[in-house]
Amino acid sequence: MNKTPWYNKGLFSSLNLRQKTLLTIGLTGLVLLIIFISGTLINGNLPTDFSIKMQAPSFSHPFGTDWMGRDMLIRTLKGLSLSIMIGLGASIISSIIATILAFVASFNKYCDEFVSWLIDLFASIPHILLIMMISIALGKGAFGVTMAVAFSHWVNLTRVLRAEVLQINTSEYVNLSRKFGKSKLWIARQHILPLVLSQIFVGTLLVFPHAIMHESSVTFLGFGLSPHEPAIGIILSESMTYLAMGAWWLAFFPGIALLIVVLLFDIIGENLKRLVDPSEANN
Amino acid sequence: MELKAENISFSYNKKRQILKDVSLSVNNNQIIGLIGDSGSGKSTLCKILAGYISHYSGNVTIDGNKIPDKDYYPVQLIFQHPEKTMNPKWKMEKVLNEAWTPTQELKDTFGLKDSWLTRWPSELSGGELQRFSIIRALNPKTKFIIADEISTMLDAVTQVQIWDALIKHAKANNIGILAVSHDPELLEVICDDILHFNEINKL
Repeated sequence: MNKTPWYNKGLFSSLNLRQKTLLTIGLTGLVLLIIFISGTLINGNLPTDFSIKMQAPSFSHPFGTDWMGRDMLIRTLKGLSLSIMIGLGASIISSIIATILAFVASFNKYCDEFVSWLIDLFASIPHILLIMMISIALGKGAFGVTMAVAFSHWVNLTRVLRAEVLQINTSEYVNLSRKFGKSKLWIARQHILPLVLSQIFVGTLLVFPHAIMHESSVTFLGFGLSPHEPAIGIILSESMTYLAMGAWWLAFFPGIALLIVVLLFDIIGENLKRLVDPSEANN
Repeated sequence: MELKAENISFSYNKKRQILKDVSLSVNNNQIIGLIGDSGSGKSTLCKILAGYISHYSGNVTIDGNKIPDKDYYPVQLIFQHPEKTMNPKWKMEKVLNEAWTPTQELKDTFGLKDSWLTRWPSELSGGELQRFSIIRALNPKTKFIIADEISTMLDAVTQVQIWDALIKHAKANNIGILAVSHDPELLEVICDDILHFNEINKL
């Protein structure tokens, strides 16, 4: 019987699992970087040309054109890079919030109860509703959406970090450090932070796909970015009008592209989790 | 200087009491041995003396004064498992210098090699790590050392080496030691006096 495991077959069979994980992270990161950079370099103010409006995908316009004759490939790329930027901002801010709250929770019993209450409160409100409310309150636009996504996505990471910090706080080396007369702040910075840093990184990357999806959906519903910005959510909601007329490419390609970007981020996050936490690798 | 524990009683839960009216005293020029069965509460007593447990009844005093909890604690506990007392994400150099900066002479008497300092805790053996945790506890502000089975997992040669260096330093700097062990022969050699835990614990 052939007992070679799946990961030792094919093109990269000479690499070990760790090298393959690193390769996967590197390649997916490269693809995302190319999408992001090409999106920022392209000039988004496409000229309208009604002589080529509503064309199905062809070689000169791989994603087709819209009702004003704009190339959909360029609009999609522009929208994706905007989504990545908002996702990056939102996930970094939400990780910072999560880290601060986790350390506040470790300060004493009352702080811990307060943070737990805050977690329960935010977890009990549906994400999309919370995002809509915060986005409207902050005046919509890129800033409003980023903040809204950030303030609704810290919950899971906070829960993980809080438990982690609680456990480290009962360890012998932290107790010993207290008996050496070290302050709580010193212990938090020197002892605990290095131990939860990998969790924070992985948490940030795993929030990313959520952030992008929610940004697009809230924009689609009209509570996010303003209509003149080429966000994927805007493109999708505009395409609704033309879907019934048979212009399927207006929604299909941008939607698939968004899905691929989200999955790429998910792949990076999961692989990074394997690297920093080998005990999870077989799950 | 005298570390004194008076009428210490303690229980983890209401069903079973661990310590009842335990009293002992250690002078700062003495090495006192403590011997007892597994699970009888020796380590719990050590934690109370070193200030790790606060909800006990009774008094722990140095020369009749309560020990201040905020600053450096003058009674230092050395644990049985050194690998648990070190942050796995710290290099050994940082571990060694956490409490104070030990002199080269002290490092030499304990046989601590400079090449160990650049490694992670998981890359050293138990005996090597235990040297670090002992030197770390020998800050000049330390008046008493509670050694909770610190050499149980070491081979005979290393045991002699470590105890020899520790006792030499303690005698020179007037540090009192309470040595807890299962090994009567070891305590016979190193201690001025041996207490039997079952006799001082009035259960």
